[in-house]
Amino acid sequence: MKFLSKIGLAAALVAGSMTAANAFTACQVTDVGGIDDAGFNQTAWKGVEDAKAAMGIEGRFLESQAETDYAANLNSLNDGSCDIIVTVGFLMGDATKAAAEANPNQKYSIVDFAYDPTIPNVLGQVFATDQAAFLAGYLAAGMSKSGVVGTFGGLNIPPVTAFMDGFVYGVNHYNSQHGTSVSVLGWDPAAKEGLFTNNFESLDDGRAFAQNLYDEGADIVMPVAGPVGLGSAALASELGADALKIIGVDADQVATDPDHEAIYLTSVLKRMDSTVGAAIAAAADGTFAGGLTVGTLENDGVGLAPFHAFEDAVPAELKAELDAVRAGIIDGSIKVGM
Amino acid sequence: MSLSNQDLQKALLRPLGRGRQEFEDLVVVPLIAVVIALLFGMVVMLATGVDIGTIGRAFVALAKGAFGSLNAVSETLTAAIPVVLAGLGLGLGFRAGLFNIGAEGQILMGGLAAVIFGFSFDHLPFAILMPLTLIVAMLVGAAYAAIAGALRALTGAHEVISTIMLNLISYRILDYALRQPFVQKEGRSDPISKSVPDAAQLPKLLDWIDPNLRLHAGLFLMLAMVLFVWWLLFRSKIGFAFRASGENPDAAKYAGMPSGLIIVLAMATAGGLAGLAGGAQVLGVLERASPGFSAGLGFDAIAVALLGRSHPVGILFAGILFGGLEAGGRQMQVDAGVSIDLIGIIQALIVVFIAAPLLVRAIFPWGFRKDGKGAAE
Repeated sequence: MKFLSKIGLAAALVAGSMTAANAFTACQVTDVGGIDDAGFNQTAWKGVEDAKAAMGIEGRFLESQAETDYAANLNSLNDGSCDIIVTVGFLMGDATKAAAEANPNQKYSIVDFAYDPTIPNVLGQVFATDQAAFLAGYLAAGMSKSGVVGTFGGLNIPPVTAFMDGFVYGVNHYNSQHGTSVSVLGWDPAAKEGLFTNNFESLDDGRAFAQNLYDEGADIVMPVAGPVGLGSAALASELGADALKIIGVDADQVATDPDHEAIYLTSVLKRMDSTVGAAIAAAADGTFAGGLTVGTLENDGVGLAPFHAFEDAVPAELKAELDAVRAGIIDGSIKVGM
Repeated sequence: MSLSNQDLQKALLRPLGRGRQEFEDLVVVPLIAVVIALLFGMVVMLATGVDIGTIGRAFVALAKGAFGSLNAVSETLTAAIPVVLAGLGLGLGFRAGLFNIGAEGQILMGGLAAVIFGFSFDHLPFAILMPLTLIVAMLVGAAYAAIAGALRALTGAHEVISTIMLNLISYRILDYALRQPFVQKEGRSDPISKSVPDAAQLPKLLDWIDPNLRLHAGLFLMLAMVLFVWWLLFRSKIGFAFRASGENPDAAKYAGMPSGLIIVLAMATAGGLAGLAGGAQVLGVLERASPGFSAGLGFDAIAVALLGRSHPVGILFAGILFGGLEAGGRQMQVDAGVSIDLIGIIQALIVVFIAAPLLVRAIFPWGFRKDGKGAAE
């Protein structure tokens, strides 16, 4: 026993003395989906990875396993080794605010939360995802053969329902342009009620919710629940792309989930990687300021991913209409809303 | 864990007071279990391709994050408070022969009740509201556990099954409650409760040094309950009845002890302590209720009660160890990039070795008395 513990101690001491990094360090606290969720958290972490590659900084992360971990995780990053702390997710809003007020000299940036009034040492990153989801809804309405499309969310919170709002409005816009009556299951933007898995983890829920929507006639489904959507993609792969297509969210899911590349019609991009990277760059070169940054279609903070496997299946006419709608949203002639 | 319930009960309820063997069971076996679990953790890290330098850094970070600074100690104790409180209740149940898996649900119900009571009576002054809120948490936890106790006493329904089912029911009750307009936070459409008013919160103990130190007055509650449970178990009449019916229910019955009442009382006491754990957690740390805010504390508490050999003092130290593992585990991920899931593996291994003292004795025979009498059961 003693012998073994001595070896362990010696190895530990050697290793401990080897870490003398004084490089700029960006730290990230993920939400409960995990750093490898092929979507939300992974995209935000990509921002740090990109900054590591481009600027030679250090990056660290801490995964939250439950909502109760947020404050504890933020607390364990308080030893002064982080030059900026990025928190990922709306649910971390309260914990980030508390930490930022207790540590006024520490720079923070939070994805998906806008403080009102703003906090001097926190940069909020929010996204007009409804604009990009509007395009996805328009596309889905144009591609649906059954005339029914569906969506469901992880939790009834604004960053999730923004996708679902935009999706419904996009379908409605298509209907009003073409005189069709494509219907959307799973979300009612007026009543703010719809289908929610109430978690961001269960792939089984993703499969079950997509199955329900499919049984109700939907042939295109947009899951807005992080890794939960991977379960929906697995179902679609079994049923085949003719029966059920999936619209990914956050990242281009053909890239993050290549196993199911044949069934992703497109993805609604929320470019957290670029805003996180920009926040890190600003902190590194001294231009960091608290406040708010908003990703829109115009500044490429949100967008629509390529159609990949469906490049040929999407009619040229529909592609041209999508370009026109995109331009209309940017110049304000098309309103994303009821 | 693939051990049968009977094996576990046998391991847990082995009578105390056999001198050397007691010392071995209470101190040597748990210590060895912890060390083996850490070594296995190292093997797991090696197997997942972590290099030896990173493993060294990980263990340094584990120790640093658990006990290496004032903040680390504060985090360790903060994490220990709820598992010790709930673990005391579970240990007491084990002594009475009840294998209560329901701490998770009792924590949720106690915590939820504390939150609702706290914001409903926010005009009361601190000196009245805070203690009253804790009492409400305790009573609700006790009542929830008493359901399983009554089912056992009246119908013979096994408490393992009924407490597991009550856990599942408690998750749904919480989800339902969090959507009620008088509970849900204003302006939010996701399930999250209103905040607990300041007057109901357990005061922070160290925030005058640094506002990041989260240690709260639940620490004193925890220590008081360790003393209380020790007194209850080993110095009071009812505690004697608990232990007697745990050792030999038939003998206790023939000695004139009301077995049904003892079961209900023991379950209620255990549930009260778990409810207090939930109350301390929401009033000291979380400040609100959200879905699944117990976050597995009730299951960690089972491990803590096992590791502490159902002895209040043992549970205190086991809880501090688990608190240290949790606080240190976070540091491990920050400093070495080792997954926090590894801490879960180490905790599980500790439980496996604790629940199997014979295995520990077989692996490390030289740690124990040679004549083997202590090892044989």
